Amino acid sequence: MSKSRKTLTVYGAVSASVEEVSAHETAALRAKRVPYWEIFWTFLVIGATSFGGGVVAYLRNSLVSQKSWLDDEQFMAALEISQALPGLNATNMAVIVGDRLRGPMGAALGFLGMTLPGATLVFILGFVYGKNPHNTYINAALKGVGAASVGLLSAVTLQIGHKQMEHILDLGIVVVTIYLVSFAHVSLLIVLLTVGPVAILLYRPRPSLEFKAGDQGTDRKPAD
Amino acid sequence: MHHEGSIFSILAVFSLLSILAVGGGTAVLPEMKKLTTEEHHWLTQDDFRDVYSIGQIAPGPNMLMVILIGYKVAGVPGGLVAFFGFFAPCALIAWGTSRVWDHFESNPWRLSVQRGMAPLVVGLMIAGIIAIGRTAILGWETIVLAVLVFVTLFYGGKRINPAYLVLMGAVAGMIFLR
Repeated sequence: MSKSRKTLTVYGAVSASVEEVSAHETAALRAKRVPYWEIFWTFLVIGATSFGGGVVAYLRNSLVSQKSWLDDEQFMAALEISQALPGLNATNMAVIVGDRLRGPMGAALGFLGMTLPGATLVFILGFVYGKNPHNTYINAALKGVGAASVGLLSAVTLQIGHKQMEHILDLGIVVVTIYLVSFAHVSLLIVLLTVGPVAILLYRPRPSLEFKAGDQGTDRKPAD
Repeated sequence: MHHEGSIFSILAVFSLLSILAVGGGTAVLPEMKKLTTEEHHWLTQDDFRDVYSIGQIAPGPNMLMVILIGYKVAGVPGGLVAFFGFFAPCALIAWGTSRVWDHFESNPWRLSVQRGMAPLVVGLMIAGIIAIGRTAILGWETIVLAVLVFVTLFYGGKRINPAYLVLMGAVAGMIFLR
């Protein structure tokens, strides 16, 4: 494509060609083989700086914006896999992206980098807590963090969950799930095996059922 | 309190939770609380709140606090087993599935699963908040604190780093909850 033609193409075509270039660059980067230490270091930095839950924003900033290991579309595809499977987004994404970059070794290094800083700090804090079981200040601080966490979790859950509060069918599934887990104390395995298939069947593929664009690619594990 | 066989119980509990963590960490909290406090009596409800709060202070994936539950039951080996028990099974599933994922790309049921599971996951997350709330909401001071954090985050949008609010909670706790 010549330079003059490129400037004249409509927006869609330009963005398509930009996408081609970025996909190319990612392939080139992969061909260059990202060194193991860089995978480990990148996830270590994310693991050490992503405070307060919501690792996805940190992941996108680092992997897409800074490192260009993935373009936005590849990032959303990896996130979709991560959301659909059990486990936390943070570690699932580290494993999926690490594997794409350098196979099983890359996955293992991404996983370790992601978890090492937080695990170390949790261990140190837990040790201090365990050694001072009757320290009024530590106990009071943890009560404060506990209460703040309730507010934090409520805010992030409502931010992504408000869509599920609008449709009567969704709201029904939400309410039944809360009742079973929190008040009837039914085990999670049973809830997943009963409510899960029913919910999926209610949304079974039908020509009449249209999916909104917003239903895909949103962060459904925001507190991870 | 290094019980014989407790290592295997830790592994069994946390690897089960790992596979059940379809909605992420928060969604699995009620089950984790039930199994660790009521069934195995590894810690009290208050311990569970404290351990969860410690996890909130640390960066990286939520739920790293499982290490402390394992540590309390069986020392350092217990902590390691809880960590790998909780994080490794789902990581292996993610690793294996991402390699064959493209085969399901065009399957119409994929969207049904996504669409149907979304409200179920929201329900599980709210149940997780209820589980933590039952141990963390202790009186009017804690209610005010939770509401303040909620309002700040929900209406303050993405400009506010939740980490500051967690630290603010710690400071407020030291002043008002002693």
